[in-house]
Amino acid sequence: MNGSTQSRRRKGSGALSLFLKNPKALVGLIIFAIFLIMAVFAPLIAPYNPQSTNFTPMQGPSATNWFGTTSLGQDVFSQFVWGARTSMVVGIGAGVGGTLIAILVGVTAGYRRGVTDSILNAISNIFLVLPGLALLIIIESYVKNTTPYLNGLIIALTGWAWGARVFRSMAMTIASRDFIAAAQLSGASTLRIMFAEIVPNMTSVIVANLMYASLGAILAESGLAYLGFENIASSSWGVMLYWASTQGAMMGGAWWWFVPPGLAIALVGTSFALMNFAMDEVTNPRLRSAKRKKAVKKMLAELNEQRRKEHGDRPEQPGVAN
Amino acid sequence: MRYFLNRVGFLLLSLWAAMTLNFVLPRMMPGNPAEAMMAKFQGQLSPQALTALEKQFGLTNGPILVQYFDYMRSMLTGHWGLSFSYYPTKVTTIMSTSLPWTLGLLGIVTLISVAFGTLVGILIAWKRGGVADGIIPIVTMFLQAIPGFWLALVMVYFLGFKLGWFPMAHSYGNSVQVGYNVNYLFSIMNHGFMPAVVVFLGGVSGWIIGMRNNMMTTLGEDYVVFAEAKGVSKSRLIFAYAARNALLPQLTSLAIALSSIIGGQILIEQVFSYQGIGYQLTSAVSNEDYPLIQAMFLVIAVTALVINFIVDMLYGRLDPRVRRGGATS
Repeated sequence: MNGSTQSRRRKGSGALSLFLKNPKALVGLIIFAIFLIMAVFAPLIAPYNPQSTNFTPMQGPSATNWFGTTSLGQDVFSQFVWGARTSMVVGIGAGVGGTLIAILVGVTAGYRRGVTDSILNAISNIFLVLPGLALLIIIESYVKNTTPYLNGLIIALTGWAWGARVFRSMAMTIASRDFIAAAQLSGASTLRIMFAEIVPNMTSVIVANLMYASLGAILAESGLAYLGFENIASSSWGVMLYWASTQGAMMGGAWWWFVPPGLAIALVGTSFALMNFAMDEVTNPRLRSAKRKKAVKKMLAELNEQRRKEHGDRPEQPGVAN
Repeated sequence: MRYFLNRVGFLLLSLWAAMTLNFVLPRMMPGNPAEAMMAKFQGQLSPQALTALEKQFGLTNGPILVQYFDYMRSMLTGHWGLSFSYYPTKVTTIMSTSLPWTLGLLGIVTLISVAFGTLVGILIAWKRGGVADGIIPIVTMFLQAIPGFWLALVMVYFLGFKLGWFPMAHSYGNSVQVGYNVNYLFSIMNHGFMPAVVVFLGGVSGWIIGMRNNMMTTLGEDYVVFAEAKGVSKSRLIFAYAARNALLPQLTSLAIALSSIIGGQILIEQVFSYQGIGYQLTSAVSNEDYPLIQAMFLVIAVTALVINFIVDMLYGRLDPRVRRGGATS
């Protein structure tokens, strides 16, 4: 038991250092950190109250208003900074929530098998094929004027299916290993096996899914807010886009109003995608081991060469290998 | 055959789930919003329409099971009710006029992006570690993270409003005559260009990355390495050996990606006022036109489910292992 924990930990830290050495992961982390700092220290960074209407409306970027002003005379930069807080809390929160549901459903289905699996799998497949955004829109059309946090909750409740599917197949593979059989024989409870034995062994997949889910959640939240489903007095990037599009930022030529929030969503999303991609590269050796392939190729070429010398130059029949 | 029955079963099950969601959601919500809506439309609707609405949204006091069966019967027989915002047009009429636009845009763009993305994925996987392999995945990740509706807004602003290169809204011009003529066709293409580009950019990334990673895996397989060592020509090696087997997982991704592509298109249609299902859904929501909301949701769900079913069938045809059994999900 002790030995397996130790080796697990060693393997984990190796993956972490590989992750940090990956340039994609590093760029992703840096972008993410910038927005995280902005979100945490929003009250210190934002120069003005995001809602106060003290400025001349529809002014372009200037020294006092870095990102210009809205049609109501609000400071776009202050809204942008506060928006980071809301959007990131909701995005990451919904990502975490969705991932937790996915772990619960996926690991249960993958470990218990049988009828439990059939039912849970059918449910997750249904959630997977139903267009999530359409489902969100119809739910929101009944729940009026939601807060960003309620939106995040709804996104988590509808967006767990993909993760559940991944975790299910992961859990199936792990469940067939010897140490699980050993745990079963030693009398560990089902819950213990699921969450103390199986889940820690799929950490990298969980982290990758968390990033993917957060990316989806940030996009979904901004879309819902843009459609006006979020309490329009709240400050998130999506709500900024809602105001910009309904208050004539387009026709007024106020590009400074609607370009920054969308760009920020795209950058935060990119940082998640970069880290997710790097995670994939670290955990799936096939995606980075060009060396092994070259070695095999070289060896085969040598073998071929040798054979050619032995049997004379006979032309090869292509397609045999297939 | 077992595979086929399995898939048909799942299609029916998911259709039932979508219809049931439509029934359950308005009844589950605190303070049935339909009630407020009924009060609002009291004077404008005929008594029959009001009764129909009461039935549809559970404002009658009948037992819930009776309501449910009534609802299912009217859904299955095509009695989907009347729209408020286009009163007294049937929601089925609105559906049939807007569905072709959505399917047309979705179909054409998806075909292009799958073909293009797969090809690019194959090429960058082959030249792995090259400049293109370094840059393209990062660009695609950025594209994937851009909110489609925002990209649409930016394009409408810069290409439509500022530069005037493309029309800013609708699927064809007001002045052209609808029918089989060159002007109409040109107008459709002109109006559809920007929405198509946005849908394309949102979708293509997944295909590139997916195919690249699949190719990486198959290129590492012994049979490919062996074939290469044996001197099989480069193009044959790429397409007949590696890409062929890397393509199958792409089809699975297509099935899964479709629901998010369709979802993304809802917002894009809204930005461009492109008269498809998604645009109708969002405007129905802002008009609180509940019969239309329900109908549009159902159409979107059915579209996704049916396309998913078709992809599954294709998958069964292409991969004999799936057909012969061992099919799980």
